[in-house]
Amino acid sequence: MTDHVRPNYVLIWLYLFLLTVAEVALAFELPISRNMKLLLLLVLAIWKALLVAMYFMHLKFERWRLRAIFMVPIPLAIILVLAVITEKIW
Amino acid sequence: MTHATATANLMHPPAPAEPGSGVYSNKLGMWIFLASDVMFFTALIGSYIILRFGAPGEWARPNAVLNVPLTAFNTFLLICSSVSMVKAYAAIVDGKKYFLRAVPGKMLRDGGLKFWMLVTIICGAAFVGVQVIEYIKLVTEGFTPTGYREGSLLAEHALGDPVKFGATVGGLYGSSFFTMTGFHGFHVTCGVVSMLYLYFTKVLPEKYSPQDYRGIEVIGLYWHFVDLVWIILFTIVYLV
Repeated sequence: MTDHVRPNYVLIWLYLFLLTVAEVALAFELPISRNMKLLLLLVLAIWKALLVAMYFMHLKFERWRLRAIFMVPIPLAIILVLAVITEKIW
Repeated sequence: MTHATATANLMHPPAPAEPGSGVYSNKLGMWIFLASDVMFFTALIGSYIILRFGAPGEWARPNAVLNVPLTAFNTFLLICSSVSMVKAYAAIVDGKKYFLRAVPGKMLRDGGLKFWMLVTIICGAAFVGVQVIEYIKLVTEGFTPTGYREGSLLAEHALGDPVKFGATVGGLYGSSFFTMTGFHGFHVTCGVVSMLYLYFTKVLPEKYSPQDYRGIEVIGLYWHFVDLVWIILFTIVYLV
């Protein structure tokens, strides 16, 4: 890790807390279509996951080669899921 | 901000980096393990999505079977433990090895490594405890890895409202639910056990210093990853 100014961890905690509340409210209280809900919930979940990875795991301050280790498996998994789902559709 | 505080707030690596990777080897090892764990969990989540997408009948509504408020509380616990872990990390970077120390002019005492690690361990253990309670409750009500147990409360509900409770795919739901949350719970348990070990062998004897705190950074990476996985699992299993 390179030298950097420390992020405000309590602020990130507050973000994570508010996003979780928003997720639960969205899933059970808001009268919107199911697909819209699914999309918004996924966006919120990825947002929270990115906050944890970037600030708590300090990925924001790491070199690219270290970030690559973490990111490489994700597209592979998406390809796997899409491939199997397409097979089901056909 | 004065120059002195700016310097104190700077993060610096705890050990000299290996040539090539650019980080010290313990950390590189943990990242490679985490990459394999990413594959493990994406495979589990991926198979859940595929099973649910291709299920022959309607999938159960998440809040029909599961106790979502209890799990939301559990999510909160895990987020808190992640923050306390990063506070423990920041404490040892600043050389605060103590438990709590009074700060002149401030009402709250300042927490050191020993305090924040203990908070992390307690929150992690509480998470596992709540999950065990959740499992006991689910199994008592009749939700098992093989589906709704015959004659149980949930099996009766499923007969009354097959769409809401996903009566035709109860077995798929049960097995995928317990596999995903079970493996995550196992990861949390391993984390708590490892942190307890570090707490008694390294943190309490004050073996970490601002010059070398590799163990705290590496267990921290693992712990945040477990939190990250739960954030995704909570959304996919309990909310969608």
